[in-house]
Amino acid sequence: MATSPAPTRPGPVLRRDVEHRMLGGVCAGLARHIGIDPIIVRVAFVAAATAGGVGVAVYLLAWVFLPAGDAPATPVWLRTSRGTIEIAVGIAFLALSVLLTFRAFGLLFSDVIVWPLVLVAAGAALLWRQWLGGGLPGGTVPRAPERTAPGGDTGARAADASAPAKRPALPVAPVTPAGRAALVSRTSLGVALVIAAGIAFLSATGSLSAARDVVLSVLVVAVVLSVIFFPWVLRLVRSLTEERAQRIRSQERAEMAAHLHDSVLQTLALVQQRSDDPRAVAALARRQERELRAWLSRRAPSAGDPPQLAAALETAASEVERDHGVAVEVVAVGDADLDAPGEALVAAAREAMVNAAKFGGGSTVDVYAEALDGEIQVYVRDRGPGFSPDDLPADRRGVRESIVGRMARHGGKGEIHSAPGAGTEVELTLPRSTA
Amino acid sequence: MTGGPRVLIVDDHQLFRAGVRSELEGRVDIAGDAATVEDAVRDIARLAPDVVLLDVHMPDGGGVEVIRRAAAQGDPPRFLALSVSDAAEDVIAVIRAGARGYVTKSISGEELADAVRRVHEGDAVFSPKLAGFVLDAFAGAPAGAALAGGAGDHGTSDDPALDHLTPREREVLRHLARGYLYKEIALRLGISTKTVEAHVSAVLRKLQLSNRHELSRWAVERRLVE
Repeated sequence: MATSPAPTRPGPVLRRDVEHRMLGGVCAGLARHIGIDPIIVRVAFVAAATAGGVGVAVYLLAWVFLPAGDAPATPVWLRTSRGTIEIAVGIAFLALSVLLTFRAFGLLFSDVIVWPLVLVAAGAALLWRQWLGGGLPGGTVPRAPERTAPGGDTGARAADASAPAKRPALPVAPVTPAGRAALVSRTSLGVALVIAAGIAFLSATGSLSAARDVVLSVLVVAVVLSVIFFPWVLRLVRSLTEERAQRIRSQERAEMAAHLHDSVLQTLALVQQRSDDPRAVAALARRQERELRAWLSRRAPSAGDPPQLAAALETAASEVERDHGVAVEVVAVGDADLDAPGEALVAAAREAMVNAAKFGGGSTVDVYAEALDGEIQVYVRDRGPGFSPDDLPADRRGVRESIVGRMARHGGKGEIHSAPGAGTEVELTLPRSTA
Repeated sequence: MTGGPRVLIVDDHQLFRAGVRSELEGRVDIAGDAATVEDAVRDIARLAPDVVLLDVHMPDGGGVEVIRRAAAQGDPPRFLALSVSDAAEDVIAVIRAGARGYVTKSISGEELADAVRRVHEGDAVFSPKLAGFVLDAFAGAPAGAALAGGAGDHGTSDDPALDHLTPREREVLRHLARGYLYKEIALRLGISTKTVEAHVSAVLRKLQLSNRHELSRWAVERRLVE
């Protein structure tokens, strides 16, 4: 497995800011991270330092443990998980220094309060960051497309620098087991910290035994209740799940029924009406086939996507098929966003298809589009009678202009190859804008 | 008897079997037809056909399952996949299972008989669509040039050459995708038809053996659906 090339939001990472440091860059890094003036953090540390030297110890620890600002990038999940923990530690330090500062000013907190509060701060930072900061991967992952375009995964192509993003890369990295494990361990660490804080507080105030009694009785009641209500709860959960599945199923069914009504049944009715015209029937069947295939493979782009070359050629092909009753087969390799020259290319290709359908003697029209390295190439080919370029029929001269001329106007090239008896092939080339 | 290859037709649609039979009658020998995976495996053992025309989508595992079980019982015939589907994962899965070619059901009787003969002779049969898939799957690896450095991602290939097409193979495939026949390609590239066939067979071998990520992904997608 290759590491996928960082499809991630740039996770905020707590680092020492070496550039703006006074000593080790701890304060500057911390300040930059939470977005406040470094001077505030520095004052907090100094204040903490006066409170029995705690600030000094904390500073030194942070110096040792926080990575320097421009450390080399580590793998993504590692970085974010470390970042979270570092943030928690940082917040704990801040809480500590604030509390110690208060104490230094004579507002007396005993250690009974200080340490549990610091622990709670760290635990809360761990837990809340995950839930508030979008750290829960399940919540933010949009539904993965059922069928990514071939080659959509950039993994195998990472080695090849000449393959820029010609297809949309996977929008979001899937939740890796490693990522989930890190998430779970972070959550449990946070919970452990908060519980430890509670126990520390209770034991320090001497009320631990009382709390134990309370917890024990609550536990007993909980066990008793769950034993009594277990079957009922289980049934409830099950029926809820079932109902949900049922609803999804019936929704899907309704969607499919609606689609079949609009398309297949409609076409079948038309076929019956026009059964005396074989050409029309064939064209209807063909169009329905194309449409059903597209629906099955669900290649329909979502509204936000830019129009794509291959889809535009398919559309043009199906229109030509419908208008001229000749099968047009499109094979596309690679794809490209459709810019203005690309639209001209599709228009020229469409013209070539119409031409092939008209003069190709009813043979299948093969369209091949390749959008790979620096350019886009489209070939439109028929197996008709062909013609000698010298005596181009007059009625085809205009068409020739609208293909060759149009391509030239958009910085591309159009060529028509034909010979009597060998069919005709139109070759369109367009240099690719690398915007 | 036509002296041509003996063909077994495997498809779960009775109407379609009858259609193919009438198209092929007189062009090749029809050894029989089968409607299920079970029947197909049994008939392959019993009738020993030269070529099996295989539907991709059937209950109980489809064409891939027939190829797998026929291979398990030894001395399998050659398989030509014939399907209404032209989705990449269907095509690639059945080719990687061992089929020597793939054509869609819209093919004419004459072309089909020609494809059967070609598969019988040990050649590969690529529809324009399949040629397009292969070019797509092998895209992003500059032919030949990247042999040294490009194969790092999909490390299990024993032979990195399997993961790349030669410029000539690429050229032949592009012509296939453009709808040219073997002899037209030979004429255009100035090589013999035999050489064209050799190139296509080499591509088929790479298609079956390469560990290129796109190919395995397509194949896996298919298996999940089954």
